[in-house]
Amino acid sequence: MIQAETVCANLLRHGCSAAGTLPLTLMSSPEPKHLPSTIVREDEGALVSLAKSGDLGAFDELVNRYERRIFRLAMNITQNREDAEDATQDAFLKSFQHLAEFQGESRFYTWLVRIAVNEALMRLRRRRRNVTSLDEPVQTEEDLMPREIEDWGPTPEQRYQVTELHSILNNAIAELDPIFRTVFVLRDMEQLSTEEAADALGISVPAVKSRLLRARLKLRERLSRYFGQRQQA
Amino acid sequence: MNCQVLIREISAYLDGELGVETLAEIEVHLERCKDCRLIVDTTRKTIEIYSSSQPLPLPNDVRERLHQALVKRLGRRPAT
Repeated sequence: MIQAETVCANLLRHGCSAAGTLPLTLMSSPEPKHLPSTIVREDEGALVSLAKSGDLGAFDELVNRYERRIFRLAMNITQNREDAEDATQDAFLKSFQHLAEFQGESRFYTWLVRIAVNEALMRLRRRRRNVTSLDEPVQTEEDLMPREIEDWGPTPEQRYQVTELHSILNNAIAELDPIFRTVFVLRDMEQLSTEEAADALGISVPAVKSRLLRARLKLRERLSRYFGQRQQA
Repeated sequence: MNCQVLIREISAYLDGELGVETLAEIEVHLERCKDCRLIVDTTRKTIEIYSSSQPLPLPNDVRERLHQALVKRLGRRPAT
């Protein structure tokens, strides 16, 4: 049996960004889009079985695989580093403590995301209490109609430094209403299916589709202000 | 098919979820509407830019706090 100290030593052995700097949750990469089938490796089922039997080494491997994605997810939902740290930590702790309840009907990663989303949303609601509602805002057809209609060129992101692009992407997503932002993060960044996102958020499939459409269009609108060809001058 | 209907269907179009009939109507509309072509193209690009963004390593202090919490709370077998 591997002890908890071994797990934690392994947790610390990986490269880290400079301490004290804000976490960069978005960074464009030339790597190809990862599909769900490539997120989950073939040995995940075996690792989960070992972790359920108390093998902390197996759980450590699962943490290593997903900690960065879970932290990015929490940062994007909460838009607050402290909340994201707490949500990440509690998501892993709860996932381990409740492993016996995981029946393998979904991917372990999807199950972990569901826990992390709950942790992140709970903190978002707590912080935003008395500020704004997380309920569905009033929507009209006019909301959907694009205002910025410009060509971006073939590779607009290459016009910017990595840090500048990161800032643009982060600012654009931070401005989204949380109910749209959360769906976009789950579907287009974490690559969950519509059904998985609906399950994680406890909303219907049509609601996921409706929110995703609005999130995509709103983000497109905001990015157009930066990537539109008239910005090139 | 008009621009307003196309905008409502743009997500389903990009996700490949449309039926043959609606798909054909959209393709016909896109052939003749430059604005909608630009909107489809830039929406697709929006998704691509975000979906290719990579998560970075946890900051050192976050990793250490996670480490300490795991030592404190996971030093036992989970319920089976």
